[in-house]
Amino acid sequence: MIDHSGKNFPNINVETEPYWQGCRNHELLIQQCSDCGRHQFYPRIICTDCSSKNVKWVRASGKGKVLSYTIVHRAISKAYKSEVPYVIALIDLDEGPTMMSNVIQYDPQNVKVGMRVEVVFEDWSEKISIPKFRPENLDQNE
Amino acid sequence: MKPSLRGKVAIVGAADTEVGVVPHMTSTQMCAEAALRAMADAGISKDQIDGLITCNSRAESYKYHAEAMAEYLQIFPSYCINVATGGGTTFSILHHAITAIATGVCNTVLITMAESLRSGLSKEQTMSGQAAVGHSQFEVPYGPTVPSLYALIGRAHMEKYGTTPEQFAAIAVACRKHASLNPNAQMRDLITVEDVLNSRMIADPLHLLDCSLISDGGSAVILTSAERAREFSSKPVYILGFGEAHSHEHISQARNLTTSAAVESGKRAYEMAGLGPRDMGFAQLYDCFTPTALIELEDLGFCKKGEGGAFVESGSIELGGSLPMNTHGGLLSHCHPGNPGSMFLLTEAVSQLRHQAGERQVSGAQAGLVHGQGGIMSSHTTLILGKEIN
Repeated sequence: MIDHSGKNFPNINVETEPYWQGCRNHELLIQQCSDCGRHQFYPRIICTDCSSKNVKWVRASGKGKVLSYTIVHRAISKAYKSEVPYVIALIDLDEGPTMMSNVIQYDPQNVKVGMRVEVVFEDWSEKISIPKFRPENLDQNE
Repeated sequence: MKPSLRGKVAIVGAADTEVGVVPHMTSTQMCAEAALRAMADAGISKDQIDGLITCNSRAESYKYHAEAMAEYLQIFPSYCINVATGGGTTFSILHHAITAIATGVCNTVLITMAESLRSGLSKEQTMSGQAAVGHSQFEVPYGPTVPSLYALIGRAHMEKYGTTPEQFAAIAVACRKHASLNPNAQMRDLITVEDVLNSRMIADPLHLLDCSLISDGGSAVILTSAERAREFSSKPVYILGFGEAHSHEHISQARNLTTSAAVESGKRAYEMAGLGPRDMGFAQLYDCFTPTALIELEDLGFCKKGEGGAFVESGSIELGGSLPMNTHGGLLSHCHPGNPGSMFLLTEAVSQLRHQAGERQVSGAQAGLVHGQGGIMSSHTTLILGKEIN
């Protein structure tokens, strides 16, 4: 198992606890407005579209596509060095919101803008699992 | 109709410290040195300063930096602010100083900023500062560096408009060419497009030479009302327009990766000035990475959206071209000490409009544009400066 100690762990707070609880269960949770139906990420106390405070947590499909990406050759710190070159990507979720993540289990050179991806969770500790993405249907392709 | 601030305030003093690798001075010393040089340039003593604006330094930080610098310099202002909005810091506060002067809150504002990003911090400190740029929960765990966040923008532009790494490189080449004419610049050896493409890959598509420098340095300007400017011995440069605009803070929240809020900040500045892109004799644009400058050129109307690549490749941005850009060498080749970075764009614009830029003078420059941005293409401020009010 990869040693994740030393990495930049998220500092969870009361606003984001449900999200990280979901990640612990390997479920990607985002918010949806009960009034206008719009999805949003990251979590907030209001709907960024209609300003309603009736936002609820829903399970996202975990599928989306690569909006943009970069291959990092110079790691941010020692803890990330073993993963160089690693892909940082912006993922457009099928529900609408965009999130940052890594594209993993795939040759960085083959990552493309518009590529379909699906969420996969990386367990960093008992409490923290990080949602990452890999090409959709990777198992069938192999 | 709201009263226009066009031409109401002038820059009457401008100066840089030694920049590049300056281990023999602390950031506080450089902050004071820049201030003293700007005062000498304006021909005034520190007793005449009644407004002070600084930005904090990571190498030598004070909880209340502007107050600490006032104490260090023994200036006793009636207006004192410390600001930090990343690379856009200087310009984001400059128009507040203009407002303060125009409304009579104070008469003479000194903006002085310095940082020892190169010599005052360990490599680990520099990198941890980079990590602090992303969203702590939803970006930072993925290990982004600052270049990687801008690389996402560069890649998106390539994808949408067919922009090439060669075209990004042309910006680095032009900046270096200008720096070679500037005895104060940190990097003065000419480079080619091939040199950029062959330099180490940092975050694809950004090579080492697509990235700005890590420097020490300080810079200062002094502003006063256009009326009072006549009493100073220096040649005043007038602020004809300014505009600010914000679109996001974290790049994963950007509404558009390839078009920035520079569109809005530019529009506001042009409208106030009553001028357009074609009236600008030069542009000093925030060039932390080559794609940043390319998108700014498009968004500020110097070329059509998506045609920035062809525009920079044509030589238009070089001295002698239709829009000389970053005539001092920019953050890419002159220096980039962090928060104070955009100050040097401003002092260069002042030199150009005073027709004191020596070998790199844009002949006959009457008006010019400076643009700063902070965050990750997040907060934008555009200024339009003129040699004369009309």
